[in-house]
Amino acid sequence: MTVRSLAVVSAGLSQPSSSRLLADRLAAAVGAVLPVETTLIEVRDHSHDVVNNLLTGFPSPALAGMLSAVSAADGLIAVSPIFNASYSGLFKSFFDVLDESALLDKPVLLAATGGTARHSLALEHALRPMFTHMRATVVPTSVFAAPEDWAGGAGPSGALAVRIERAARELADQMERRESRPVRDPFDLPVTFDRLLAGD
Amino acid sequence: MQFGIFSVGDVTPDPTTGREPTERERIKAMVTIALKAEDVGLDVFATGEHHNPPFVPSSPTTMLGYIAARTSRLQLSTATTLITTNDPVKIAEDYAMLQHLADGRVDLMMGRGNTGPVYPWFGQDIRMGIPLAVENYALLHRLWREDVVDWEGKFRTPLQSFTSTPRPLDGVPPFVWHGSIRSPEIAEQAAYYGDGFFANHIFWPASHTRRMVGLYRKRFEHYGHGSADQAIVGLGGQVFMRKNSQDAVREFRPYFDVAPVYGHGPSLEEFTAQTPLTVGSPQQVIDRTLSFREYVGDYQRQLFLIDHAGLPLSTVLEQLDMLGEEVVPVLRKEFAIGRPAHVPEAPTHESLVAAAAAAASASASAASASAASVAEVAG
Repeated sequence: MTVRSLAVVSAGLSQPSSSRLLADRLAAAVGAVLPVETTLIEVRDHSHDVVNNLLTGFPSPALAGMLSAVSAADGLIAVSPIFNASYSGLFKSFFDVLDESALLDKPVLLAATGGTARHSLALEHALRPMFTHMRATVVPTSVFAAPEDWAGGAGPSGALAVRIERAARELADQMERRESRPVRDPFDLPVTFDRLLAGD
Repeated sequence: MQFGIFSVGDVTPDPTTGREPTERERIKAMVTIALKAEDVGLDVFATGEHHNPPFVPSSPTTMLGYIAARTSRLQLSTATTLITTNDPVKIAEDYAMLQHLADGRVDLMMGRGNTGPVYPWFGQDIRMGIPLAVENYALLHRLWREDVVDWEGKFRTPLQSFTSTPRPLDGVPPFVWHGSIRSPEIAEQAAYYGDGFFANHIFWPASHTRRMVGLYRKRFEHYGHGSADQAIVGLGGQVFMRKNSQDAVREFRPYFDVAPVYGHGPSLEEFTAQTPLTVGSPQQVIDRTLSFREYVGDYQRQLFLIDHAGLPLSTVLEQLDMLGEEVVPVLRKEFAIGRPAHVPEAPTHESLVAAAAAAASASASAASASAASVAEVAG
């Protein structure tokens, strides 16, 4: 079986963070059903570079490496803590400096952590529309982990482990279904100059 | 190789004193800086064009015409002329007029402009930036080369039997550079016409500039204007110098930290490592500037940004003294070493007139040769 590349973006702020814990669980669950090479991106480690990129328009070499890992990946797991009923600002900023075509048709699994289960729909009303805007293929199951989930058993339907496994399988299916896609070269011209001149 | 300066023309308070120059002071300071550039032996002064505060240079040909009258050698240019929101007919007229007044010491750098509201203020749409740059320049190119133009496009009213006056000096249009930070279409446009390409790489890493210039060079050759290493390349640079590099860093840091564009972002050290910004001794500036050649090849024009972020005029004039006395003479000498003879200098009015005359005589002798061979066949 072909080894696929998986990027995991975790935007938790504390260290260790529950977002990272959830990201690791999801990545392992994908790895259990599909051979993957995983690149983990802790956005916190690049937080100043992300802000600098917003201000100057270009990424530092370290951040550029992370952004191209996301662009080149066959699949993406994106995990944000939920702040004020939405993704964290840092999570959003990371995706704001990503090339606009980077997630085109890329299988994406969304996940989030929060202080109460009442935040769980933020995945559906905040994260999912954002990734739809970026024209990613977001898998149907998104995974929210509330504090009590970390103490839940693996048995009954709805438990965290079950949701993780279901979401991971959906992502793996989508990744397996696609050919690895070459990364768009920003220096490639979309049209010939003659066509530009003709106003096409 | 040409060396010069380009000014954004921002009115920014001096962060160390809080003093903000008036518009009049800033405009006059730009003129003083341009005159000083000629005095210290630099080759080029280029002014920005902006249509919003805190910038003053909305009318580049007015400023350059005034500078032309008070200089005798300095090449006058723009950084950049907004090819998207200006009427190309007006650009053709204004810069041909300037070319006559300045005895040919004029070239232009085309740019799209990235200030969102300027487009609607001038009746355009920023989403059409590339198509505007392409169509407007195609018209400008014709207006300078054809005495009578019939034209119809998407963005301005059609023209029937239009003659742009005055005609370019000696029938030779000003040389044009195309500036772009991140659009390969513009590198392609410059290559298509055999015009110059200017990479204002002061806000971008070297790896990016290398790719843009590489693309332009490759396509310049593709379109048959010469070999890739004969393409006409200009680069931006940004420097602040003191004899002792620690003094340069100490003095420049408060300006850097709150500067427009990158202020409150990366540290001076990060920005210096990631972009061509050089803050240090004249020797450091020399070493850094010479290193640009390693990633763009032998090139034709180097412009430095030295007068922004609220730096006082007296400081800027000191920077010009150092550029003229200590930096540029060494750069001229060093850049000449190992530069192949077939790599051209930046075009000037004189060189373009000579090239036009050579082309005319070549086609005349080709015509007489073919007439002779026709006669031979007939005989």
